[in-house]
Amino acid sequence: MSTLASKIQEVFAEPGCGKNQGKSEKERKKGCTKQLKPGAAAGGCAFDGAKIALQPITDVAHLVHGPIACEGNSWDNRGAKSSGPQVYRTGFTTDIGEQDVIFGGEKRLYKSIKEIIEKYDPPAVFVYQTCVPAMIGDDIGAVCKAASERLGKPVIPINSPGFVGPKNLGNKLAGEALLDYVIGTEEPEVTTPYDINIIGEYNLAGELWQVKPLLDELGIRILSCISGDARYHEVASSHRARAAMMVCSKAMINVARKMEERYQIPFFEGSFYGIGDMSESLREIARLLVERGAPDELLGRTEALIAREEARAWERLAPYKKRLGGKRVLLITGGVKSWSVVAALQEVGIEIVGTSVKKSTKEDKERIKELMGDDAHMIDDMSPREMYKMLKEARADIMLSGGRSQFVALKAKMPWLDINQERHHAYAGYEGMVDLVAEIDKALSNPIWGQVRKAAPWDETTWEQRADQAIAEELAAAERDPVAAREKARARQICNCKAITAGEIEDAILADRLIRVEEIVERTHAGSGCGGCAPRIGAILANFEAQAALSQAVR
Amino acid sequence: MLSTSKKACTVNPLKMSQPIGAALAFMGLKGAMPLLHGSQGCTSFGLVLFVRHFREAIPLQTTAMSEVATVIGGLENVEQAVVNIVSRTKPEIIGICSTGVTETKGDDVEGFIRAIRQKHPELDGVALVSVSTPDFKDAFQDGWAKAVTRMIDQLVLPAAPDVQRHPRRLNVLAGCHLTPGDIDELRDIFESFGLEPLFLPDLSGSLDGHLPDDFTPTTLGGIGVAEIAGMGQSSWILAIGEQMRGAAELLSEKSGLPFTLFDRLTGLSSSDDLMAWLARISGRPVPLKFRRQRSQLVDAMLDGHFHFGGKKVAIGAEPDLLWAVGSWLTEMGCEIRAAVTTTQSARLEDLPSGATLIGDLEDLEGMASDCDLLITHSHGRQAAERLEIPFFRLGIPTFDRLGAGHQLTVGYRGTRSLIFDIGNLFIAQAHEPNPGTWRLPEEVMASA
Repeated sequence: MSTLASKIQEVFAEPGCGKNQGKSEKERKKGCTKQLKPGAAAGGCAFDGAKIALQPITDVAHLVHGPIACEGNSWDNRGAKSSGPQVYRTGFTTDIGEQDVIFGGEKRLYKSIKEIIEKYDPPAVFVYQTCVPAMIGDDIGAVCKAASERLGKPVIPINSPGFVGPKNLGNKLAGEALLDYVIGTEEPEVTTPYDINIIGEYNLAGELWQVKPLLDELGIRILSCISGDARYHEVASSHRARAAMMVCSKAMINVARKMEERYQIPFFEGSFYGIGDMSESLREIARLLVERGAPDELLGRTEALIAREEARAWERLAPYKKRLGGKRVLLITGGVKSWSVVAALQEVGIEIVGTSVKKSTKEDKERIKELMGDDAHMIDDMSPREMYKMLKEARADIMLSGGRSQFVALKAKMPWLDINQERHHAYAGYEGMVDLVAEIDKALSNPIWGQVRKAAPWDETTWEQRADQAIAEELAAAERDPVAAREKARARQICNCKAITAGEIEDAILADRLIRVEEIVERTHAGSGCGGCAPRIGAILANFEAQAALSQAVR
Repeated sequence: MLSTSKKACTVNPLKMSQPIGAALAFMGLKGAMPLLHGSQGCTSFGLVLFVRHFREAIPLQTTAMSEVATVIGGLENVEQAVVNIVSRTKPEIIGICSTGVTETKGDDVEGFIRAIRQKHPELDGVALVSVSTPDFKDAFQDGWAKAVTRMIDQLVLPAAPDVQRHPRRLNVLAGCHLTPGDIDELRDIFESFGLEPLFLPDLSGSLDGHLPDDFTPTTLGGIGVAEIAGMGQSSWILAIGEQMRGAAELLSEKSGLPFTLFDRLTGLSSSDDLMAWLARISGRPVPLKFRRQRSQLVDAMLDGHFHFGGKKVAIGAEPDLLWAVGSWLTEMGCEIRAAVTTTQSARLEDLPSGATLIGDLEDLEGMASDCDLLITHSHGRQAAERLEIPFFRLGIPTFDRLGAGHQLTVGYRGTRSLIFDIGNLFIAQAHEPNPGTWRLPEEVMASA
């Protein structure tokens, strides 16, 4: 595990990653030893993250070395689309058994690779390490090396067993595997001054194809998309691109940055979501290409295309603007989608009620703040009751989130739209924006809402009315007994990773006269896990400052 | 807006004839033998249609009118048919449905029955009910409704002013859009409220596909003639489907009871209305199982609405079935782009559809070109293939799928299963994107 451990350290030291830089040296060192809170953890593991990042390479056989759980329970459940090969959707796993656990699974792994090459003849096999074989010491690196040599095909080890960390880490470890074993190992047939890489785009629901026609028209060639609808050969020869766009926030920043370092491919961070962002991304691509030697006239053509496509999109959005203007959307999603979707929705006059920052990096959050102004209501974790409260106070007409929170919304009988990776609709580019708005309109105007919110004929009160009553009772109780209410507020958990309550943070602020969030993190360890609670810690601190200022003024 | 197709030639008919609608109503009676008064073919086509739909032996006889008999009148054929049926199958009731041939001739079947009764006192124990159902007028649903009205007229004993009513007995007049499975479901619902329903007709005992203990050439089950006679002593009348309004009015008159008509029982709100009504008349709270079923339905609506919202649907069905399923689909967020039905119905004026047409499957196919789903009976399968859209089979005949007799559309459970069945078709239809899906339009490329 020593190479894996050092690889993780390397990823954690990633200079391009704002989140790592936000941590103290000590916290960063802890890296993979960070414990998710048992009983309160959500989200996928590092293996999951690695698989998400690489599985979109369509002609590769993705072999999962582990017990049946890792692949058997999860295969073919993602919406990354292929324009050709389907082998990436075939579930390959060594399905190790007791015997393998006792005697080691390396032989079975080697045989599996051999069978896959004999039967499916893919250009490469990716072998994913999982927890159990990592524990028993199966050296997938050695097996892959031997298999490559004997079978004459690239066999790539993806060393990202689930227990090393969260999905986000897996994304990066997958990127490392590409950098170590794939990128730069082959040469493209031809190169043009218009060759780009798109990094961190997975072609979910075919979103890449909402953008590609525009690039095609400009004569810009996607040398390799890493990894949506990619072929092994494209990724292997992607080091000859002139420029790169990094799409999914920080998921593969290590790939973009190291390709810049090794192959002098400049990159920018952009998004295909929203009309403004889409145009900006096209401009950046053109600018970088011209900088790298493409003819100047590309800039003019790009502007002309942007003008034409924006006009077309606005024309198609106009009817919705009237219907959706002033509608309030509650946005609960992680990472890149938060800020890109916010931008997109604001373009049609939709108000954003809140947005979650669970997975987002610091920079993401700042962007949300910038986009949403001071009204931004950050919601990290929302209980169904809180969700209902939002609905009841008519503060949101619809919720947009990832698949998991879907049922919280639906059980609260609230319109909901899937914008996570399991979604079936494509929302990229100008086309996708029109589709997204059409979908929101469809969800909002569905007549079932009036029906499902109606009380059953035998019920005197609805679920909602009873919840109202409970909320009112709680408020009344707080007024009657302020001490108990205060205790309750203090007991509220602020940092879920480290299980730190508001009271503990307040005590620390008072005891040590802390004035910066970083100090609180250092002192209490709150916010040293996923970092998602930083805004809440900031809010507690702000509260204290306000109180201090107030008492000063009074004095 | 309900309009009628202006075509001279019907292509790919949706409609089935009136006499077999009437005949099916008689099949909901115990020990019954429906008898079509017409040529042999009238009966055999209907027989085959029902056999294929229900996958059951179908009791259906014919007066086998020959050319000569048609010209001179059918008294002799009706008489022979009745005598033969009684001696061979010993029915409780024979339902005589006229056809195009005998109506054109102008046979007075009522007169025939009087003559036969006089001549054959041995037939006194057998009820003979005739219904006028010329093929050239109206449709299947009308035939059913007329037969039920005639049964009430002929068989129900008028209630005396001081009648002793059964405190829990409920008369249910069931339209032909209800399957045997629907009737079973409704019986279960009513009985859960402590009520004793009498369904007229009751296909659940006869065409529900059970294995009988004994071979019977007549119907295997259903409501008995004596039970029908006593319907005047029930405490309530419930009619299901607009088609049952006439029958309900007559039964109301004969029994001195008001009636309640539900024009449909598909969907959350109509099922709620039924539950509320049952709780009121029975004086009992809504049983726990329906509370759970309602909650499950609401959840199914929430889960399913993603797939129904904005979908364009084309439906061809008899009026009450069209009303029930069409209204419910609208409640789920679908748009009824095209609706074709078979016969007039007051209710259909209110169907939220672009156009509702009394027409055929060619009309439906023509209007369904950009629809996401076609719903009609099995004869729509070719249209669906040509349109390359998914196809949901609904109504009679459904001859190329199993379980047509148990398809549910009523109540919380029936609605829930419809959501799953139709929602799954929508899910399966979702098209896979490809690199050309979002290609820029030709005119945009040309101007660039």
